[in-house]
Amino acid sequence: MRNAILQRLMFMAITVLVGGFLSATLVRYAPGFGTDERLLDARLSSESKEAIRKEAVEERSVVHYYTVSLQRVLQGDLGTSRSLQRPVSRLLAERGAVTLTLAVMGLAGAWGAAVLLVFTTWLLHSRALETAFAVAGGALLCLPSGAVALLLLLWNGPGFVALALVVFPKVYSYLGNLVKAAAGMPHILTATATGISGSRVLFWHVLPVIRREVAALAGVSLGLALSAAIPVEALGGIPGVGQLAWHAALARDLPVLLSVTLLVIACTVLANSGADLLGDNRSGPS
Amino acid sequence: MKGMRRVAMGLASLLILFSMVAGLLSRFDYMRQDRMCIDARPSPEHWLGTDALGRDRFSRLVHGTRVSLMLAPAAAGLSTLLAFALGAAPGFLGKFHERIARTFIDLVLSMPWLFLLLMVRTLLPLNISPKASVAVTFLMLGLLGWGVPARILLARARRLRQSEFVLFARCTGVSRCRLLGIHLMPNLWPVMLAQFLIAVPVFILAEANLSLLGLGVAEPLPSLGSLLRELETILSVRGDLCSFSALAVLVLIVSSLQIVASQSEVH
Repeated sequence: MRNAILQRLMFMAITVLVGGFLSATLVRYAPGFGTDERLLDARLSSESKEAIRKEAVEERSVVHYYTVSLQRVLQGDLGTSRSLQRPVSRLLAERGAVTLTLAVMGLAGAWGAAVLLVFTTWLLHSRALETAFAVAGGALLCLPSGAVALLLLLWNGPGFVALALVVFPKVYSYLGNLVKAAAGMPHILTATATGISGSRVLFWHVLPVIRREVAALAGVSLGLALSAAIPVEALGGIPGVGQLAWHAALARDLPVLLSVTLLVIACTVLANSGADLLGDNRSGPS
Repeated sequence: MKGMRRVAMGLASLLILFSMVAGLLSRFDYMRQDRMCIDARPSPEHWLGTDALGRDRFSRLVHGTRVSLMLAPAAAGLSTLLAFALGAAPGFLGKFHERIARTFIDLVLSMPWLFLLLMVRTLLPLNISPKASVAVTFLMLGLLGWGVPARILLARARRLRQSEFVLFARCTGVSRCRLLGIHLMPNLWPVMLAQFLIAVPVFILAEANLSLLGLGVAEPLPSLGSLLRELETILSVRGDLCSFSALAVLVLIVSSLQIVASQSEVH
Protein backbone atom coordinates (compact mmCIF):
# COMPACT_ATOMS: atom_id res chain seq x y z
CA MET A 1 0.00 0.00 0.00
CA ARG A 2 2.76 2.42 1.03
CA ASN A 3 4.75 1.51 -2.07
CA ALA A 4 1.73 2.10 -4.29
CA ILE A 5 1.17 5.54 -2.75
CA LEU A 6 4.87 6.42 -3.09
CA GLN A 7 4.85 5.29 -6.73
CA ARG A 8 1.77 7.38 -7.41
CA LEU A 9 3.30 10.43 -5.74
CA MET A 10 6.45 10.04 -7.79
CA PHE A 11 4.45 9.67 -10.99
CA MET A 12 2.44 12.78 -10.07
CA ALA A 13 5.58 14.83 -9.44
CA ILE A 14 7.17 13.66 -12.70
CA THR A 15 3.98 14.35 -14.66
CA VAL A 16 3.67 17.88 -13.28
CA LEU A 17 7.34 18.59 -13.97
CA VAL A 18 7.26 17.14 -17.49
CA GLY A 19 3.91 18.79 -18.17
CA GLY A 20 5.33 22.13 -17.12
CA PHE A 21 8.38 21.59 -19.31
CA LEU A 22 6.24 20.61 -22.30
CA SER A 23 4.06 23.67 -21.76
CA ALA A 24 7.15 25.90 -21.57
CA THR A 25 8.56 24.26 -24.73
CA LEU A 26 5.28 24.74 -26.60
CA VAL A 27 5.23 28.37 -25.52
CA ARG A 28 8.87 28.92 -26.49
CA TYR A 29 8.49 27.45 -29.99
CA ALA A 30 5.08 28.95 -30.74
CA PRO A 31 5.38 31.14 -33.85
CA GLY A 32 4.59 34.36 -32.04
CA PHE A 33 6.94 33.93 -29.07
CA GLY A 34 8.67 37.19 -28.20
CA THR A 35 5.96 39.33 -29.77
CA ASP A 36 4.77 41.69 -27.08
CA GLU A 37 1.78 43.97 -27.54
CA ARG A 38 3.27 46.43 -25.05
CA LEU A 39 5.93 47.33 -27.63
CA LEU A 40 3.16 48.91 -29.72
CA ASP A 41 2.20 51.24 -26.88
CA ALA A 42 3.24 54.75 -27.91
CA ARG A 43 3.14 55.97 -24.30
CA LEU A 44 6.11 53.80 -23.31
CA SER A 45 9.58 55.32 -23.37
CA SER A 46 12.41 53.76 -25.36
CA GLU A 47 13.99 52.56 -22.05
CA SER A 48 10.79 50.75 -21.09
CA LYS A 49 10.59 49.14 -24.51
CA GLU A 50 14.22 48.09 -24.24
CA ALA A 51 13.50 46.52 -20.82
CA ILE A 52 10.59 44.56 -22.33
CA ARG A 53 12.83 43.33 -25.18
CA LYS A 54 15.50 42.32 -22.65
CA GLU A 55 12.89 40.39 -20.67
CA ALA A 56 11.93 38.50 -23.84
CA VAL A 57 15.60 37.70 -24.65
CA GLU A 58 16.03 36.15 -21.19
CA GLU A 59 13.07 33.87 -21.88
CA ARG A 60 14.51 32.54 -25.16
CA SER A 61 16.24 29.50 -23.67
CA VAL A 62 13.54 26.95 -22.75
CA VAL A 63 15.64 25.33 -20.02
CA HIS A 64 16.58 28.68 -18.49
CA TYR A 65 13.01 29.96 -18.70
CA TYR A 66 11.60 26.79 -17.17
CA THR A 67 14.24 26.51 -14.42
CA VAL A 68 13.71 30.11 -13.35
CA SER A 69 9.91 29.67 -13.40
CA LEU A 70 10.18 26.45 -11.40
CA GLN A 71 12.46 28.03 -8.80
CA ARG A 72 9.94 30.82 -8.38
CA VAL A 73 7.06 28.35 -8.08
CA LEU A 74 8.92 26.39 -5.39
CA GLN A 75 9.36 29.64 -3.46
CA GLY A 76 5.63 30.26 -3.73
CA ASP A 77 6.00 33.02 -6.30
CA LEU A 78 3.90 32.36 -9.39
CA GLY A 79 4.83 35.69 -10.93
CA THR A 80 2.74 38.73 -11.70
CA SER A 81 0.02 38.91 -14.29
CA ARG A 82 1.06 41.19 -17.16
CA SER A 83 -2.48 42.14 -18.08
CA LEU A 84 -4.02 42.49 -14.61
CA GLN A 85 -0.84 43.67 -12.80
CA ARG A 86 -1.59 41.47 -9.80
CA PRO A 87 0.20 38.45 -8.28
CA VAL A 88 -0.88 35.25 -10.03
CA SER A 89 -1.11 33.34 -6.72
CA ARG A 90 -3.68 35.85 -5.43
CA LEU A 91 -5.68 35.65 -8.66
CA LEU A 92 -5.71 31.85 -8.46
CA ALA A 93 -6.73 31.89 -4.79
CA GLU A 94 -9.63 34.26 -5.51
CA ARG A 95 -10.91 32.40 -8.53
CA GLY A 96 -10.03 28.83 -7.53
CA ALA A 97 -12.92 28.63 -5.09
CA VAL A 98 -15.42 29.70 -7.78
CA THR A 99 -14.19 27.05 -10.24
CA LEU A 100 -14.04 24.40 -7.53
CA THR A 101 -17.66 25.08 -6.52
CA LEU A 102 -18.73 25.06 -10.17
CA ALA A 103 -16.85 21.82 -10.88
CA VAL A 104 -18.15 20.05 -7.77
CA MET A 105 -21.75 21.08 -8.48
CA GLY A 106 -21.44 20.24 -12.18
CA LEU A 107 -19.88 16.85 -11.47
CA ALA A 108 -22.49 16.08 -8.82
CA GLY A 109 -25.24 16.93 -11.32
CA ALA A 110 -23.66 14.91 -14.14
CA TRP A 111 -22.93 11.87 -11.99
CA GLY A 112 -26.29 12.03 -10.24
CA ALA A 113 -28.17 12.10 -13.54
CA ALA A 114 -25.97 9.41 -15.15
CA VAL A 115 -26.23 7.02 -12.19
CA LEU A 116 -29.98 7.59 -11.90
CA LEU A 117 -30.60 6.92 -15.59
CA VAL A 118 -28.30 3.88 -15.77
CA PHE A 119 -29.89 2.36 -12.65
CA THR A 120 -33.41 3.11 -13.89
CA THR A 121 -32.67 1.43 -17.22
CA TRP A 122 -31.22 -1.60 -15.40
CA LEU A 123 -34.12 -1.96 -12.97
CA LEU A 124 -36.91 -1.41 -15.49
CA HIS A 125 -35.30 -3.46 -18.30
CA SER A 126 -36.87 -1.04 -20.76
CA ARG A 127 -35.34 -1.01 -24.24
CA ALA A 128 -37.32 2.10 -25.20
CA LEU A 129 -36.08 4.01 -22.17
CA GLU A 130 -32.50 2.98 -22.88
CA THR A 131 -32.77 4.15 -26.49
CA ALA A 132 -34.34 7.45 -25.41
CA PHE A 133 -31.56 8.14 -22.89
CA ALA A 134 -28.88 7.10 -25.40
CA VAL A 135 -30.31 9.48 -28.02
CA ALA A 136 -30.46 12.34 -25.49
CA GLY A 137 -26.88 11.66 -24.37
CA GLY A 138 -25.72 11.36 -27.98
CA ALA A 139 -27.35 14.67 -28.88
CA LEU A 140 -25.53 16.40 -26.02
CA LEU A 141 -22.25 14.84 -27.19
CA CYS A 142 -22.68 16.58 -30.54
CA LEU A 143 -22.74 20.05 -28.99
CA PRO A 144 -19.55 21.97 -28.23
CA SER A 145 -19.37 22.93 -24.55
CA GLY A 146 -19.28 26.62 -25.51
CA ALA A 147 -22.57 26.27 -27.38
CA VAL A 148 -24.13 24.51 -24.38
CA ALA A 149 -23.02 27.40 -22.18
CA LEU A 150 -24.43 29.97 -24.62
CA LEU A 151 -27.75 28.17 -24.96
CA LEU A 152 -28.05 27.91 -21.20
CA LEU A 153 -27.25 31.60 -20.91
CA LEU A 154 -30.09 32.21 -23.37
CA TRP A 155 -32.47 30.49 -20.97
CA ASN A 156 -30.88 32.11 -17.89
CA GLY A 157 -29.69 28.76 -16.56
CA PRO A 158 -26.94 28.50 -13.93
CA GLY A 159 -23.35 27.76 -15.02
CA PHE A 160 -23.03 24.46 -13.19
CA VAL A 161 -25.92 23.02 -15.24
CA ALA A 162 -23.94 23.75 -18.43
CA LEU A 163 -20.95 21.96 -16.94
CA ALA A 164 -23.14 19.04 -15.90
CA LEU A 165 -24.64 18.85 -19.40
CA VAL A 166 -21.14 18.69 -20.91
CA VAL A 167 -19.86 15.97 -18.57
CA PHE A 168 -23.09 13.95 -18.30
CA PRO A 169 -23.15 12.26 -21.76
CA LYS A 170 -19.61 10.97 -21.41
CA VAL A 171 -20.21 9.61 -17.90
CA TYR A 172 -23.58 8.16 -18.89
CA SER A 173 -22.36 6.35 -22.01
CA TYR A 174 -19.27 4.93 -20.28
CA LEU A 175 -21.15 3.89 -17.15
CA GLY A 176 -23.93 2.35 -19.23
CA ASN A 177 -21.42 0.34 -21.27
CA LEU A 178 -19.68 -0.86 -18.10
CA VAL A 179 -22.94 -2.05 -16.54
CA LYS A 180 -23.99 -3.70 -19.81
CA ALA A 181 -20.65 -5.51 -20.12
CA ALA A 182 -20.81 -6.67 -16.49
CA ALA A 183 -24.37 -7.95 -16.98
CA GLY A 184 -23.08 -10.57 -19.41
CA MET A 185 -20.66 -12.09 -16.90
CA PRO A 186 -21.43 -15.71 -15.94
CA HIS A 187 -21.84 -15.13 -12.19
CA ILE A 188 -24.18 -12.19 -12.77
CA LEU A 189 -26.23 -14.17 -15.28
CA THR A 190 -26.46 -16.97 -12.71
CA ALA A 191 -27.50 -14.54 -9.98
CA THR A 192 -30.20 -13.12 -12.25
CA ALA A 193 -31.38 -16.62 -13.23
CA THR A 194 -31.75 -17.68 -9.59
CA GLY A 195 -34.37 -14.97 -9.16
CA ILE A 196 -32.40 -12.42 -7.11
CA SER A 197 -33.97 -8.99 -7.43
CA GLY A 198 -32.54 -6.52 -9.97
CA SER A 199 -31.45 -4.01 -7.34
CA ARG A 200 -29.65 -6.68 -5.31
CA VAL A 201 -27.82 -7.96 -8.41
CA LEU A 202 -26.87 -4.39 -9.29
CA PHE A 203 -25.56 -3.36 -5.87
CA TRP A 204 -24.04 -6.68 -4.75
CA HIS A 205 -22.73 -8.14 -7.97
CA VAL A 206 -22.44 -5.56 -10.76
CA LEU A 207 -21.09 -2.53 -8.88
CA PRO A 208 -18.26 -4.35 -7.08
CA VAL A 209 -17.09 -5.76 -10.43
CA ILE A 210 -16.92 -2.37 -12.11
CA ARG A 211 -15.75 -0.29 -9.14
CA ARG A 212 -12.20 0.13 -10.47
CA GLU A 213 -13.39 1.45 -13.83
CA VAL A 214 -15.96 3.70 -12.14
CA ALA A 215 -13.24 5.16 -9.90
CA ALA A 216 -11.05 5.77 -12.97
CA LEU A 217 -14.01 7.42 -14.71
CA ALA A 218 -14.51 9.67 -11.68
CA GLY A 219 -10.89 10.82 -11.95
CA VAL A 220 -11.17 11.44 -15.68
CA SER A 221 -14.43 13.35 -15.28
CA LEU A 222 -12.69 15.98 -13.15
CA GLY A 223 -10.33 16.67 -16.06
CA LEU A 224 -13.34 16.91 -18.37
CA ALA A 225 -15.04 19.34 -16.01
CA LEU A 226 -11.95 21.55 -15.73
CA SER A 227 -11.57 21.68 -19.52
CA ALA A 228 -15.26 22.46 -19.95
CA ALA A 229 -14.97 25.19 -17.32
CA ILE A 230 -13.08 27.45 -19.77
CA PRO A 231 -15.90 27.99 -22.29
CA VAL A 232 -18.60 27.80 -19.61
CA GLU A 233 -16.98 30.45 -17.41
CA ALA A 234 -15.78 32.60 -20.31
CA LEU A 235 -19.11 32.73 -22.12
CA GLY A 236 -21.26 32.63 -18.98
CA GLY A 237 -19.36 35.49 -17.29
CA ILE A 238 -18.41 33.39 -14.25
CA PRO A 239 -15.26 34.76 -12.56
CA GLY A 240 -13.34 31.48 -12.14
CA VAL A 241 -9.99 30.05 -13.20
CA GLY A 242 -11.38 29.16 -16.66
CA GLN A 243 -12.32 32.77 -17.30
CA LEU A 244 -8.90 33.84 -16.01
CA ALA A 245 -7.22 31.45 -18.48
CA TRP A 246 -9.35 32.83 -21.31
CA HIS A 247 -8.54 36.45 -20.42
CA ALA A 248 -4.86 35.52 -20.15
CA ALA A 249 -5.02 33.83 -23.56
CA LEU A 250 -6.55 36.91 -25.17
CA ALA A 251 -4.09 39.24 -23.44
CA ARG A 252 -1.08 36.94 -24.15
CA ASP A 253 -0.41 36.82 -20.41
CA LEU A 254 2.12 33.96 -20.17
CA PRO A 255 2.75 33.80 -16.40
CA VAL A 256 -0.96 33.35 -15.75
CA LEU A 257 -1.42 30.76 -18.51
CA LEU A 258 1.58 28.70 -17.41
CA SER A 259 0.48 28.74 -13.75
CA VAL A 260 -3.10 27.80 -14.62
CA THR A 261 -1.90 24.96 -16.87
CA LEU A 262 0.39 23.62 -14.14
CA LEU A 263 -2.42 23.86 -11.60
CA VAL A 264 -4.83 22.00 -13.87
CA ILE A 265 -2.24 19.31 -14.64
CA ALA A 266 -1.64 18.85 -10.89
CA CYS A 267 -5.40 18.63 -10.18
CA THR A 268 -5.96 16.14 -13.03
CA VAL A 269 -3.07 13.90 -12.01
CA LEU A 270 -4.10 14.07 -8.34
CA ALA A 271 -7.68 13.10 -9.20
CA ASN A 272 -6.60 10.25 -11.49
CA SER A 273 -4.10 8.86 -8.97
CA GLY A 274 -6.58 9.16 -6.09
CA ALA A 275 -9.23 7.41 -8.14
CA ASP A 276 -6.83 4.61 -9.07
CA LEU A 277 -5.81 4.07 -5.45
CA LEU A 278 -9.43 4.11 -4.32
CA GLY A 279 -10.43 1.62 -7.03
CA ASP A 280 -7.54 -0.69 -6.16
CA ASN A 281 -8.06 -0.79 -2.42
CA ARG A 282 -11.80 -0.88 -1.85
CA SER A 283 -13.04 -4.40 -1.26
CA GLY A 284 -16.50 -5.37 -2.48
CA PRO A 285 -18.92 -8.01 -1.26
CA SER A 286 -18.91 -9.96 -4.54
CA MET B 1 -28.18 -0.57 -36.66
CA LYS B 2 -27.04 -1.16 -40.24
CA GLY B 3 -29.82 1.05 -41.49
CA MET B 4 -28.88 3.78 -39.05
CA ARG B 5 -25.28 3.61 -40.20
CA ARG B 6 -26.35 3.84 -43.83
CA VAL B 7 -28.48 6.90 -43.09
CA ALA B 8 -25.61 8.50 -41.17
CA MET B 9 -23.15 7.75 -43.97
CA GLY B 10 -25.55 9.11 -46.55
CA LEU B 11 -26.07 12.29 -44.53
CA ALA B 12 -22.34 12.76 -43.97
CA SER B 13 -21.63 12.23 -47.69
CA LEU B 14 -24.35 14.70 -48.59
CA LEU B 15 -22.91 17.33 -46.27
CA ILE B 16 -19.41 16.74 -47.60
CA LEU B 17 -20.71 17.09 -51.16
CA PHE B 18 -22.64 20.19 -50.11
CA SER B 19 -19.44 21.76 -48.77
CA MET B 20 -17.34 20.72 -51.78
CA VAL B 21 -19.57 22.59 -54.21
CA ALA B 22 -19.73 25.61 -51.91
CA GLY B 23 -18.58 27.97 -54.68
CA LEU B 24 -21.39 26.82 -56.98
CA LEU B 25 -24.10 26.97 -54.33
CA SER B 26 -23.40 30.39 -52.92
CA ARG B 27 -24.19 33.49 -54.89
CA PHE B 28 -22.14 35.83 -52.73
CA ASP B 29 -18.57 35.91 -51.56
CA TYR B 30 -18.33 34.83 -47.92
CA MET B 31 -16.57 38.06 -46.93
CA ARG B 32 -18.54 40.52 -49.05
CA GLN B 33 -20.17 43.05 -46.74
CA ASP B 34 -23.39 44.77 -47.68
CA ARG B 35 -23.67 47.64 -45.22
CA MET B 36 -27.18 48.46 -46.47
CA CYS B 37 -28.40 44.99 -45.60
CA ILE B 38 -27.36 44.28 -42.02
CA ASP B 39 -29.07 41.54 -39.98
CA ALA B 40 -31.53 40.94 -42.81
CA ARG B 41 -34.20 38.28 -42.52
CA PRO B 42 -34.22 35.33 -44.98
CA SER B 43 -35.23 36.40 -48.47
CA PRO B 44 -34.99 34.99 -52.03
CA GLU B 45 -31.71 36.89 -52.35
CA HIS B 46 -30.20 35.89 -49.00
CA TRP B 47 -31.61 32.43 -48.20
CA LEU B 48 -30.54 32.50 -44.54
CA GLY B 49 -30.43 36.27 -44.14
CA THR B 50 -27.30 38.29 -43.37
CA ASP B 51 -25.14 38.68 -40.27
CA ALA B 52 -24.26 41.79 -38.26
CA LEU B 53 -21.76 42.90 -40.92
CA GLY B 54 -24.15 42.35 -43.81
CA ARG B 55 -22.47 39.17 -45.04
CA ASP B 56 -24.57 36.45 -46.66
CA ARG B 57 -25.15 33.79 -43.99
CA PHE B 58 -25.69 30.94 -46.45
CA SER B 59 -22.38 31.61 -48.24
CA ARG B 60 -20.55 31.71 -44.94
CA LEU B 61 -22.22 28.50 -43.83
CA VAL B 62 -21.25 26.49 -46.92
CA HIS B 63 -17.68 27.83 -46.90
CA GLY B 64 -17.38 27.32 -43.13
CA THR B 65 -18.58 23.73 -43.48
CA ARG B 66 -15.96 23.18 -46.18
CA VAL B 67 -13.15 24.55 -43.96
CA SER B 68 -14.14 22.31 -41.03
CA LEU B 69 -14.76 19.23 -43.18
CA MET B 70 -11.48 19.55 -45.06
CA LEU B 71 -9.17 20.30 -42.15
CA ALA B 72 -10.62 18.14 -39.35
CA PRO B 73 -9.93 14.90 -41.32
CA ALA B 74 -6.41 16.16 -42.08
CA ALA B 75 -5.79 16.77 -38.36
CA ALA B 76 -7.33 13.38 -37.53
CA GLY B 77 -5.05 11.72 -40.09
CA LEU B 78 -2.02 13.39 -38.51
CA SER B 79 -3.01 12.33 -34.99
CA THR B 80 -3.68 8.74 -36.14
CA LEU B 81 -0.26 8.56 -37.80
CA LEU B 82 1.37 9.93 -34.65
CA ALA B 83 -0.58 7.39 -32.60
CA PHE B 84 0.75 4.63 -34.83
CA ALA B 85 4.34 5.86 -34.60
CA LEU B 86 4.30 6.56 -30.86
CA GLY B 87 1.90 3.84 -29.70
CA ALA B 88 1.55 0.90 -32.08
CA ALA B 89 5.15 0.63 -33.31
CA PRO B 90 6.75 0.59 -29.80
CA GLY B 91 4.03 -1.77 -28.59
CA PHE B 92 4.93 -4.19 -31.36
CA LEU B 93 8.70 -3.92 -31.00
CA GLY B 94 9.06 -5.29 -27.47
CA LYS B 95 8.50 -4.86 -23.75
CA PHE B 96 11.17 -2.19 -23.25
CA HIS B 97 9.85 0.04 -26.04
CA GLU B 98 6.31 -0.60 -24.85
CA ARG B 99 7.06 0.52 -21.30
CA ILE B 100 8.67 3.77 -22.45
CA ALA B 101 5.80 4.46 -24.85
CA ARG B 102 3.19 3.68 -22.19
CA THR B 103 4.78 6.07 -19.68
CA PHE B 104 5.00 8.82 -22.29
CA ILE B 105 1.38 8.30 -23.38
CA ASP B 106 0.25 8.36 -19.72
CA LEU B 107 2.07 11.65 -19.29
CA VAL B 108 0.43 13.13 -22.38
CA LEU B 109 -3.00 11.86 -21.33
CA SER B 110 -2.61 13.51 -17.93
CA MET B 111 -2.32 16.91 -19.54
CA PRO B 112 -5.34 19.05 -20.24
CA TRP B 113 -4.85 19.51 -23.97
CA LEU B 114 -7.42 22.30 -24.24
CA PHE B 115 -5.23 24.39 -21.93
CA LEU B 116 -2.10 23.56 -23.96
CA LEU B 117 -3.95 24.36 -27.16
CA LEU B 118 -5.14 27.64 -25.70
CA MET B 119 -1.58 28.50 -24.75
CA VAL B 120 -0.06 27.80 -28.16
CA ARG B 121 -2.94 29.41 -30.04
CA THR B 122 -2.47 32.52 -27.93
CA LEU B 123 1.13 32.86 -28.96
CA LEU B 124 0.51 33.06 -32.68
CA PRO B 125 1.79 36.30 -34.23
CA LEU B 126 -0.61 39.21 -34.06
CA ASN B 127 -0.55 39.70 -37.83
CA ILE B 128 -1.23 36.08 -38.76
CA SER B 129 -3.38 35.63 -41.86
CA PRO B 130 -6.80 33.90 -41.53
CA LYS B 131 -5.64 30.97 -43.70
CA ALA B 132 -2.53 30.47 -41.55
CA SER B 133 -4.63 30.68 -38.37
CA VAL B 134 -6.97 27.93 -39.56
CA ALA B 135 -4.03 25.72 -40.62
CA VAL B 136 -2.21 26.23 -37.31
CA THR B 137 -5.37 25.58 -35.29
CA PHE B 138 -6.01 22.21 -36.93
CA LEU B 139 -2.28 21.34 -36.96
CA MET B 140 -2.18 21.88 -33.21
CA LEU B 141 -5.28 19.71 -32.77
CA GLY B 142 -3.55 16.94 -34.73
CA LEU B 143 -0.29 17.29 -32.81
CA LEU B 144 -1.93 17.26 -29.38
CA GLY B 145 -4.78 14.79 -29.90
CA TRP B 146 -2.89 11.51 -30.42
CA GLY B 147 -2.85 10.27 -26.80
CA VAL B 148 -6.07 8.23 -26.68
CA PRO B 149 -5.65 6.54 -30.09
CA ALA B 150 -2.03 5.76 -29.22
CA ARG B 151 -3.12 3.99 -26.04
CA ILE B 152 -5.64 1.87 -27.95
CA LEU B 153 -3.21 1.07 -30.76
CA LEU B 154 -0.51 0.16 -28.25
CA ALA B 155 -2.79 -2.37 -26.55
CA ARG B 156 -3.76 -3.90 -29.88
CA ALA B 157 -0.14 -4.00 -31.10
CA ARG B 158 0.94 -5.77 -27.90
CA ARG B 159 -1.72 -8.41 -28.46
CA LEU B 160 -0.47 -8.87 -32.02
CA ARG B 161 3.13 -9.14 -30.80
CA GLN B 162 2.12 -12.03 -28.57
CA SER B 163 0.09 -13.78 -31.28
CA GLU B 164 1.21 -17.08 -32.77
CA PHE B 165 1.53 -15.94 -36.37
CA VAL B 166 3.91 -13.12 -35.38
CA LEU B 167 5.93 -15.54 -33.25
CA PHE B 168 6.10 -17.89 -36.22
CA ALA B 169 7.17 -15.05 -38.52
CA ARG B 170 9.90 -14.09 -36.07
CA CYS B 171 11.12 -17.66 -35.86
CA THR B 172 11.47 -17.77 -39.62
CA GLY B 173 13.73 -14.73 -39.44
CA VAL B 174 11.43 -11.99 -40.75
CA SER B 175 12.97 -8.56 -40.08
CA ARG B 176 11.33 -5.98 -37.78
CA CYS B 177 10.59 -3.60 -40.64
CA ARG B 178 8.92 -6.36 -42.62
CA LEU B 179 6.97 -7.43 -39.53
CA LEU B 180 5.72 -3.87 -39.09
CA GLY B 181 4.85 -3.51 -42.76
CA ILE B 182 3.22 -6.82 -43.59
CA HIS B 183 1.90 -8.03 -40.23
CA LEU B 184 1.24 -5.02 -38.03
CA MET B 185 -0.15 -2.47 -40.49
CA PRO B 186 -2.79 -4.67 -42.19
CA ASN B 187 -3.99 -6.01 -38.83
CA LEU B 188 -4.15 -2.58 -37.24
CA TRP B 189 -5.80 -0.92 -40.20
CA PRO B 190 -9.43 -1.34 -38.97
CA VAL B 191 -8.52 0.04 -35.53
CA MET B 192 -6.67 2.97 -37.09
CA LEU B 193 -9.63 3.70 -39.33
CA ALA B 194 -11.98 3.62 -36.33
CA GLN B 195 -9.69 5.97 -34.37
CA PHE B 196 -9.49 8.30 -37.37
CA LEU B 197 -13.27 8.39 -37.67
CA ILE B 198 -13.65 9.03 -33.94
CA ALA B 199 -11.12 11.88 -34.06
CA VAL B 200 -12.83 13.82 -36.88
CA PRO B 201 -15.95 14.92 -34.92
CA VAL B 202 -13.82 15.45 -31.80
CA PHE B 203 -11.59 17.90 -33.69
CA ILE B 204 -14.58 19.66 -35.27
CA LEU B 205 -15.98 20.21 -31.76
CA ALA B 206 -12.60 21.31 -30.37
CA GLU B 207 -12.23 23.88 -33.17
CA ALA B 208 -15.77 25.05 -32.49
CA ASN B 209 -14.93 25.58 -28.81
CA LEU B 210 -11.76 27.50 -29.63
CA SER B 211 -13.54 29.65 -32.19
CA LEU B 212 -16.37 30.38 -29.75
CA LEU B 213 -13.72 31.72 -27.40
CA GLY B 214 -12.29 33.89 -30.18
CA LEU B 215 -9.11 31.80 -30.40
CA GLY B 216 -9.85 29.63 -33.41
CA VAL B 217 -10.13 30.57 -37.05
CA ALA B 218 -9.50 34.28 -37.61
CA GLU B 219 -12.03 36.53 -39.33
CA PRO B 220 -13.14 36.88 -42.11
CA LEU B 221 -12.56 33.18 -42.90
CA PRO B 222 -15.60 31.21 -41.70
CA SER B 223 -15.58 27.82 -39.99
CA LEU B 224 -18.41 26.01 -38.23
CA GLY B 225 -16.97 27.16 -34.90
CA SER B 226 -16.55 30.81 -35.82
CA LEU B 227 -20.11 30.87 -37.19
CA LEU B 228 -21.37 29.73 -33.79
CA ARG B 229 -20.22 33.05 -32.34
CA GLU B 230 -23.33 34.46 -33.91
CA LEU B 231 -25.29 32.66 -31.20
CA GLU B 232 -24.15 35.43 -28.88
CA THR B 233 -26.23 37.88 -30.90
CA ILE B 234 -29.34 35.88 -30.09
CA LEU B 235 -28.92 37.13 -26.57
CA SER B 236 -29.53 40.63 -27.91
CA VAL B 237 -32.66 41.68 -29.80
CA ARG B 238 -31.13 41.11 -33.23
CA GLY B 239 -31.03 37.33 -33.31
CA ASP B 240 -33.40 35.18 -35.32
CA LEU B 241 -33.81 31.46 -35.88
CA CYS B 242 -31.38 31.48 -38.82
CA SER B 243 -28.58 32.21 -36.34
CA PHE B 244 -29.02 28.58 -35.31
CA SER B 245 -28.25 27.30 -38.83
CA ALA B 246 -24.53 26.78 -38.12
CA LEU B 247 -25.36 24.92 -34.91
CA ALA B 248 -27.86 22.72 -36.77
CA VAL B 249 -25.31 21.85 -39.48
CA LEU B 250 -22.63 21.20 -36.83
CA VAL B 251 -24.92 18.84 -34.91
CA LEU B 252 -25.89 17.03 -38.13
CA ILE B 253 -22.25 16.58 -39.18
CA VAL B 254 -20.95 15.55 -35.76
CA SER B 255 -23.84 13.17 -35.03
CA SER B 256 -23.60 11.43 -38.41
CA LEU B 257 -19.82 11.13 -38.11
CA GLN B 258 -20.17 9.79 -34.56
CA ILE B 259 -22.65 7.13 -35.65
CA VAL B 260 -20.36 6.07 -38.50
CA ALA B 261 -17.39 6.03 -36.10
CA SER B 262 -19.16 4.04 -33.39
CA GLN B 263 -20.32 1.47 -35.93
CA SER B 264 -16.86 1.03 -37.42
CA GLU B 265 -15.51 0.63 -33.88
CA VAL B 266 -18.00 -2.20 -33.32
CA HIS B 267 -17.06 -3.87 -36.62
